[in-house]
Amino acid sequence: MAKVLMGGNEALAEAALRAGCRHFFGYPITPQSEIPEYLAKKMPQLDGVYLQAESEIAAINMVYGAAGAGVRVFTASSGPGISLMSEGISYIAGAELPCVIVNIMRGGPGLGNIAPSQADYNQATKGIGHGDFHLIVLAPNSVQEMADLTMLAFQLAEEYRNPAMILSDGLLGQMMEPVEFNENPPKEKDKPWATRGAKGRDPNIINRLLIEAEALQKHNLKLQEKYQLIKETQCRCESYLAEDADILLAAFGSCSRMAKSAVEMARSRGIKAGLVRPITLWPFPEKEVAEAAKGAKACLVTEMNEGQMLLDIRLALKGRIPIHFLGKSGGIIPTPGEILEEIERIEVNLRG
Amino acid sequence: MHHELIIAGFGGQGIMFAGQLLTYTGMMEDRHVSYIPSYGPEMRGGTANCSVVISEKEIGSPIVTDPGILVTLNQPAFDKFAPTVKDGGLIIYNSTLINGELPGEDVETLAVPASKIADELGNPRITNMVMLGALIKKTQMVSLETILDSLEKVLPEHRHNLIPLNKQALEAGMEYTEDKL
Repeated sequence: MAKVLMGGNEALAEAALRAGCRHFFGYPITPQSEIPEYLAKKMPQLDGVYLQAESEIAAINMVYGAAGAGVRVFTASSGPGISLMSEGISYIAGAELPCVIVNIMRGGPGLGNIAPSQADYNQATKGIGHGDFHLIVLAPNSVQEMADLTMLAFQLAEEYRNPAMILSDGLLGQMMEPVEFNENPPKEKDKPWATRGAKGRDPNIINRLLIEAEALQKHNLKLQEKYQLIKETQCRCESYLAEDADILLAAFGSCSRMAKSAVEMARSRGIKAGLVRPITLWPFPEKEVAEAAKGAKACLVTEMNEGQMLLDIRLALKGRIPIHFLGKSGGIIPTPGEILEEIERIEVNLRG
Repeated sequence: MHHELIIAGFGGQGIMFAGQLLTYTGMMEDRHVSYIPSYGPEMRGGTANCSVVISEKEIGSPIVTDPGILVTLNQPAFDKFAPTVKDGGLIIYNSTLINGELPGEDVETLAVPASKIADELGNPRITNMVMLGALIKKTQMVSLETILDSLEKVLPEHRHNLIPLNKQALEAGMEYTEDKL
């Protein structure tokens, strides 16, 4: 298939359709509104369900219901809307239902603003709602990955019966790049657990109300076993010029694009810089990050927040090398030039 | 070949369209491309701008903060972005609407009376295409043929009747620039 030029939000929506998703429930919020706009046009042509709910709380509970019926379903929002959805997301995780939730991040906290941000990293990766659970969190850094990781999110959600999140931001949502859609999107898994009418069989029960402490603990332990399996098998990470790097940058999502440019600028000035980019934010690719940092003398974490992935990088590197941080918030994006300045400062220190 | 551009002007001058068309054309010529529109509350009635990167190599930052090339269609956009252009860079400006004085900067300028040329062709709305014609003549960034092919893809079918006019405008911008080279 030939490449097409598309905006990130539209590419994500198109990828969901190509993955066979025919159910979307959502509520408009900038900077993700191109997703529902696109689906409002396309879903009816495909006999799918596009529904603008009365609120994000309603939307996520519609997703809960549709997921229980065993259909591919997703929703999309941005920070404030995702916060409203957090109760429903916890219910979905507790009931072990597959769905995809998209967060096109904007500046926070509170109403914040509509500019690109990565301030919801902690919210997404550290248990978005109440209770002991995890989302599978995927962080694209290009329009191509907005499409590819959305397809993967449906696959992983079904494989592990767990909600999966695309954690992106306003920059990736709004920008246009060439994209080529995977012609073999992941096939839908059989869902014998789905509540589609119990004619001729015992009823399936998908909600989890476990009053007895023992029973609930048993359920929790089963979830933990699943999370452990996901950690062992699903970490994804990419590195760039990391092998011989003295200074290893760590960045995710759109910020990793600026970091990559900064690495190239540093290399052209004779500084051995490299980049490691976690693609799954949960499970966090601890081993892969540590491996990429093996020969490095210092690490520079850069994010569009005030230091959230920074903590996971610290855990992964176990205090072996100094870790520096360059963060911008409120919708400000660190420029490659600013990152380069920080690299040069660290380099001077290393030379002592 | 690595070009980082900002195209800027008023909302309604076809800034976003020119940026998308150029990006699409770059893609058709097998380059790496990216396009970012300015978005936010400033869009309605205010200034509009977009970042375009066209490159032989994979694109890192798609955001352009210090453009190598600035294409600007009105005075406020010129005043805002001209100081950000890289040393040794190029500014192509619509001299019908812009007083392009830029004291003390190491930047090449190309003045194109694009609004006047568009008016002479009978439609002020193709000012953006005159500017794009000047840009490709000056930089050889992409070919006219590929832009024309791209127009067919980027314009919805019911606007294809405007392709000849757009072609005229592109050619007029190229011709004007040829005399200045």
